[in-house]
Amino acid sequence: MNAVVHALAESRYLLSGNEAVARAAWEAGVRVAAAYPGTPATEILENIARYPELYSEWSVNEKVAVEVAIGASLAGSRALAAMKHVGMNVASDAFMTQALAGVVGGLVIVVADDVGLSSSQNEQDSRYWGRFGHMPILEPSDSQEAYEMVKQAFPLSEKYEVPVIIRMTTRVCHVKAMVTFTGERIEHRAAGFQKNSQRWVMTPANAKPRLPVMHERDRTLREVAEASDLNEIFVGSDHRVGFVTSGPAFMHVRETFPHAPVLKIGFSHPAPLAKICAFAATVATLVVVEETEPLLENEIRAAGIAVHGKDILPRFGELAPGVLRPAIKSLLGEPYAVPNRPQADVFPRPPTMCASCPHLGPYFALSHLRNLNIIGDIGCYTLGAGHPWNALDTCTCMGASLSMAHGMDKGRGESDEKKHMVAVIGDSTFLHMGMQGLLNMVYNRGNVTVLLLDNRSVGMTGGQENPGTGEDLHGQAAPRVNFAKLVEALGVRPERIRMVDPYELPTIVKLVREEVKMNEPSVIITDRPCSLTDRFERFKSYQVLDNLCTGCGNCIDLGCPAIFVTHRETAATKSGKTRELVFAGIDASSCTGCHMCVGTCAPEAIVQMQPQPLQIPAQPIRIHRHD
Amino acid sequence: MTDGITNILVVGIGGQGVMTAAEMLARAALAQGFDVKKTEVAGMAQRGGVVSSHVRFGHKVYSPQIEPGEADLLIGFEAAEALRWFPYLRPTGVAMVNTLRIAPPVVSTGLYPYPADPIGELAATGIEVHAFDAGAIAEALGNSKLVNTIMLGAISDHLPFPAEVLKTCIVEGFRAYKPKLAEVNAEAFEAGRGKAKN
Repeated sequence: MNAVVHALAESRYLLSGNEAVARAAWEAGVRVAAAYPGTPATEILENIARYPELYSEWSVNEKVAVEVAIGASLAGSRALAAMKHVGMNVASDAFMTQALAGVVGGLVIVVADDVGLSSSQNEQDSRYWGRFGHMPILEPSDSQEAYEMVKQAFPLSEKYEVPVIIRMTTRVCHVKAMVTFTGERIEHRAAGFQKNSQRWVMTPANAKPRLPVMHERDRTLREVAEASDLNEIFVGSDHRVGFVTSGPAFMHVRETFPHAPVLKIGFSHPAPLAKICAFAATVATLVVVEETEPLLENEIRAAGIAVHGKDILPRFGELAPGVLRPAIKSLLGEPYAVPNRPQADVFPRPPTMCASCPHLGPYFALSHLRNLNIIGDIGCYTLGAGHPWNALDTCTCMGASLSMAHGMDKGRGESDEKKHMVAVIGDSTFLHMGMQGLLNMVYNRGNVTVLLLDNRSVGMTGGQENPGTGEDLHGQAAPRVNFAKLVEALGVRPERIRMVDPYELPTIVKLVREEVKMNEPSVIITDRPCSLTDRFERFKSYQVLDNLCTGCGNCIDLGCPAIFVTHRETAATKSGKTRELVFAGIDASSCTGCHMCVGTCAPEAIVQMQPQPLQIPAQPIRIHRHD
Repeated sequence: MTDGITNILVVGIGGQGVMTAAEMLARAALAQGFDVKKTEVAGMAQRGGVVSSHVRFGHKVYSPQIEPGEADLLIGFEAAEALRWFPYLRPTGVAMVNTLRIAPPVVSTGLYPYPADPIGELAATGIEVHAFDAGAIAEALGNSKLVNTIMLGAISDHLPFPAEVLKTCIVEGFRAYKPKLAEVNAEAFEAGRGKAKN
């Protein structure tokens, strides 16, 4: 993999869109790159970090990442910020104004939309931001285009003094395809920050004169888009339907209708309406295929061009061939029989927490306590909403748990009278956007019990570093935030800050029970690393001694995937009722020896496996010396 | 293999090496001069979820996704997953299945049953099914991580290019980064290949 770094021009590699973006950033002479991890964008910065010529960092959130990139741009450096679609919401405060002020060094924002929600809480079309913030958008449809467009985006950004958005989707970020490199790194020296308060201090008086400049820039950029070879016509032979399409949807259109004329929109905002109009005249029916909102479609229709789009295609999700074919066939009045494919009846296999996951302990505790409203956050611990814990009641966005729990406390309804408000948040999410919620809660004399699950990683995206882990993007030692001191500084009383080992189940159950009864904010901090990271230490597996297992099923409630049901029995209780007994076993190959389940087992049937007893030979061993 | 495009679907569970296997197939196709695309849905798969990786290659590949009923080959790293994904196979397709059974918590705690005979169900659909215990071969070779290479060896004689191309890709890949594992992977590849021929 490292071969890609510093590979010569003309070399060809099978690269994901994210890897291609990284290589392009290196070639383009980017000097500063920043991001916060988020699927499907995470690997952009992970790959940029392999190139030693440029500075790269995990920022604490997307707004910070964009601001870091803006600062570098004002110093004259080429800069890049990368994020998933929801990160744009966080970052928007920064780029909405900077798009007005403008940039110096090329500034590129790479955003990855999770079309189809493979790992996100919503589906957003980030192309809105180009319209909203008056920024041009380039939309690659595969790795080669991602590579080329990122390289083109920097001079575009510099020439028109505007941040440029590269809009990716999961099917560009995570698809591997051939990329041929057309160059190597060209350094772009930074002139340094040129002070100019009228330009860079966005007071109303200074911002107002920028508005006409921005609108004139839009007009110019539309001309650039009209002339851009990124908007390419593929002349087809079957002119009954012509397609205007962008991003990976272009690939699906070409796959499904190889003979249809296609106008591929690569420079997608401002839209090249004159070019689209000319193209429309060459086909009988025009169809826009875009993921996911009807943005081009509405602009084309507003320009007076008859067009089909979301009237015949789904409003959300991927527009894969299987979706396009029936819709277009129907438009053409051609018969289309949906293939009848028998489905096998197979159980679901939802994502779940891992063996020895340090979140299991807190969720075991939460699932055993009554009268809680459990307000969750974004991370692996969102899985606590699932089987067998069912111990998470909401999940909205990064950092929302503390503020929403506070609001639910203040806005208690009738059924909440006896409820305790609990917020669950991880280390990285807390540092991303959760701290403000805690500060707000303390300041406003709220009453929420916060479970701050510090597993020393950004777990769900693959164990990246953050200010709480002690390492940076490059694996170098970095200052490590002290969560106990941090929450104390935000105003939580020291008595209400409780450190706990999440593997000590009786302790954590007791602590949560105590803290929810308090009438002030309290924070329970766990301190075990994610079991998928190198910080996690494995020990010898545990086993269930069948002769001691009483079938109480407590250990099953932990939800550890290493624990399974061996068999069930029905037993009569003293009162004459029947009760189902559930006997457990432990899969030695997946058990990591964390011992958490020992705390669930009253009869002490769960014990660590002993090392194999030494085989003592009957005869003394003869040692042959060969010296 | 219509339109000159070969579609291979590799399925299993997060952590089994599904994506690595797909990567190896993609590289081998690349070495043969094909245009290649590979994609997967694995957002939260590291947490014990389903992973499916699509590999498509031919003269020119547009969409990276294989449609249901279009896969030429299905490589199943786990029996129930092979059964889950078989509708992606063409009627003339071939399924190469590891008989390993991994029950997720919803099964091991009794909410859902594990299919009694997933291989039998697959065979009953009329597709060509080869099933064997790749884990046992890996254990015999002394490294459970070899399952990946064993499965690739097993499918290697069903590819539109010589099995040796894939073998070379895998073995040379190890020689470059983990040279100690090159020879045992060569052995694993041949073991898988032999098993599929039986």
